[in-house]
Amino acid sequence: MEIKQEEKAHTNRLKEQPKKINDDEWVLRLYVAGQTPKSVTALNNLILICEEQLRGKYQIEVIDLLEKPQLARDNQIIAIPTLVRKFPMPVKKIIGDLSNIERALVGLDL
Amino acid sequence: MKNKAKFQRHALPKSPTSIQGLDEITGGGLPKGRPTLVCGGAGCGKTLFAMEFLVYGARQHNEPGVFISFEETEQELTANAVSLGFDLDDLVERKKIWLEHIHIEQGEIEHSGNYDLEGLFIRIHHAIESIGAKRVVLDTLESLFSGLPNPYILRSELRRLLRWLKKKGVTTIITAERGEGTLTRNGIEEFVSDCVILLDHRVNDQTSIRQLRVVKYRGSTHGTNEYPFLIDEDGFSVLPVTSLGLNYSSSLERISTGIPRLDTMLSGKGYFRGSTVLVSGTAGTGKTSIASQFVEAACTRKERVLFFTFEESPSQLVRNMCSIGIDLNPWLKTGLLQFHATRPTHYGLETHLATSIKMINDYEPNVVILDPINAFVIGENHTEVKIMLLRLVDFLKMKRITAFFTSLTSAGENMEITDIYISSLIDTWLLLRDIEIGGERNRGLYVLKSRGMAHSNQIREFKLTDHGIELLDVYVGLEGVLTGSARIAQETKDEAEQLLRQQEIVRKQFALERKREAMEAQILMLRSEYEAEESEVLKVIGIDKMRIDRFTHNNEKMAKSRKGDVDIKSTGTNKT
Repeated sequence: MEIKQEEKAHTNRLKEQPKKINDDEWVLRLYVAGQTPKSVTALNNLILICEEQLRGKYQIEVIDLLEKPQLARDNQIIAIPTLVRKFPMPVKKIIGDLSNIERALVGLDL
Repeated sequence: MKNKAKFQRHALPKSPTSIQGLDEITGGGLPKGRPTLVCGGAGCGKTLFAMEFLVYGARQHNEPGVFISFEETEQELTANAVSLGFDLDDLVERKKIWLEHIHIEQGEIEHSGNYDLEGLFIRIHHAIESIGAKRVVLDTLESLFSGLPNPYILRSELRRLLRWLKKKGVTTIITAERGEGTLTRNGIEEFVSDCVILLDHRVNDQTSIRQLRVVKYRGSTHGTNEYPFLIDEDGFSVLPVTSLGLNYSSSLERISTGIPRLDTMLSGKGYFRGSTVLVSGTAGTGKTSIASQFVEAACTRKERVLFFTFEESPSQLVRNMCSIGIDLNPWLKTGLLQFHATRPTHYGLETHLATSIKMINDYEPNVVILDPINAFVIGENHTEVKIMLLRLVDFLKMKRITAFFTSLTSAGENMEITDIYISSLIDTWLLLRDIEIGGERNRGLYVLKSRGMAHSNQIREFKLTDHGIELLDVYVGLEGVLTGSARIAQETKDEAEQLLRQQEIVRKQFALERKREAMEAQILMLRSEYEAEESEVLKVIGIDKMRIDRFTHNNEKMAKSRKGDVDIKSTGTNKT
C-alpha cells in the first residue's frame, strides 16, 4: 500500500508540472496490468535502482493498462511489465520485472 | 430421429469464409470460435487470406473482425486492400473492422527478469470489445519470437493467448511462416490443434503453382487434396475441381461442326453438345481453321464461345482466319466470342486450370476452345497435363460446355501415340494428316473415334479455300490413296485411258463393219462368179444337147439312107 501511495504521488507530481522537467531529471514510465506480483516486483526493483543511482532526480509514472487500455496501443506495449525511459532521450524500453538488476542498468544506460 | 437431432446438435459450428471454393473444401468454413492456423512460405497469400476472411465476415455475415498485424502498419494494410477493392477505411469507420499494428522493436528492447504478454491481451481484448468482434486475425504471430526475449515464457504465453481467445469464442486466424520440415518456424502449430491450412507457392520448371491443403480439421471432414488457388484482382479463390466425378448427364443434342461434309462424316449431324472434341495433326494441317469454323458455326447459332489461344495472339488469329474466309470480328464485337491469350509458360498448370475455370464461370460460354493443349506439355509432364485436362473436361461436362481442343503432333511420330495420354478423355477425335505424294503435301482428315455415333471411316482430303474449309473425296484406287495434284493427275490419266478405250471400241466396231462389208462383197463376187459359171455350164449343156440331137439326127439320116422306112420322121427333124 505504501508503494501505491508513493506511485500516486509521483504521478501527481508529473501531472501538476509536466513541463517543468529539469534537464537532468529522469522520466520513467512503468506499464503494468493491475496489481500482479510481477508488477509489484517491478516497481519495487525500479525504486531500488533509482534510489541507488538517481536519488532526487527522477520521476516514476505507473500506468495501469487495465484502466487505460488505449495507452497500450499508443505506446506499442505488449509485454508486461514494460519500463519506458521517456527522458533522457533516446527512448528505451525494458521488458520484465527488473529482477536482473544488472541488465536493467544496461537497459537504462546507468 | 432422436439420434439425428442429437447428432445435429453436436455438429461443429462453422464460420463461413466466403472465399470462393474454400467453404466447399472445409464443409462450411473455419471452426467457429476456435483458432485456425494458416501457414506457408513468404508471399503465398497468408495475409490476403486472413484479410478476406475478415472483410467477408464483416460484410456478408455481420461478424466484425479485428486484424492484429505484426508486420504491416494500418496504412499499409489499407493501401494493400484497395487493390482488391476493399475499402478498409470505410469498414473501420463503421466499426466493422479494427486494424491494429503491433510494432516490435527488434533489438531495441532490453529485458530484465520475468514478464508476460498481458499488454497484448489487453490490446486484443480492447479491440474486440470496441467493435464487438467475432473474428480475429493475428498476422504474423511468430514475429514476437524475433522481438521478445525468452522463448520459454513466450511459448507459454502464446499457449495462454490461444486458450484465452478460444474461451472468448472468437474465430481466430493465426498466420505463420513455414519452417524447415515443420509447419511453422517456431512450432506454434502445437498450440493450434483445431484447424491447420497450408498454403504453398512452389515453382516447377520455372512456373509457379499455388496450392492449398487442409492439413487437419478436428471434428470435421474435409477435402484432403492439394487444391490450386489463385490470387488475382478479385482476391483469393480456391478451385476444388478434383472433387468432381463422372456423374454428369449427357446431352443428345447435336451441333454442327460448321463444315457440312464433316457433319456428314459424323453420322450427319456433327458433334454432341457437351462432348469433348480433339483435333490433332502436324504443323500447318489446319487445326485452328477447323476450330475457327466451329467457332463461326457456334456464334451463328448465337452461342457464346471462349477461345483460349496459347500460341497466337487474338489479332493474328483473326487475321489469319480472314484469309480463309472466316471473319470472326463481328462475333468479337457482339461479345459472343472472347479470346484469352496466354503463353503456357506464363504460369503453372494449376494456375492455368484455375484461371480457365474462373473465366468460364465468369463468361458462361457454350463452347470452349483450347488451341493447342499440348503447349502445356513441357518436358515429361504428360501425367500432370492429363490430370489438368481431366479436371477441366469434368468441369466442362458438368456445365454442358462443348470443349474443342487442338493438339499439335510432331511430324514423324505416330500421331495416335503422341496423343494417347489424353485419348480416354476425348469423345470425338479428328485426325489431320499430311499426305505427301508426288512432291507436295496435302491435307487429309479422318475420324479416329467418335463416341456414340456411327461415323465415317473414310479419309477425306480437305482444302482451305477462300470461303472456308472444303472436304473432298480422296482418290482411292489401285495405286492407293491419292490427293492433290496426284489425285488430279490420276484422274486425268484415268480419263485418258477411258477415252482410249472408247476409241478402241469405235475402231473395233468399224473394223467389224469393214469385215462384214468385205464378206458381203465376197459373197457378191462369188455369186457373180457362180452365175458366170452357171451360164457357162448351161451353155455347154446346150451344146452337148445339140450334139446329142445332131447325133440322133445323123443316125436317123443314116438309117433313112439305109432303110428308108423312117423317111418322114427324119425329114421332120431335119427341118427343125
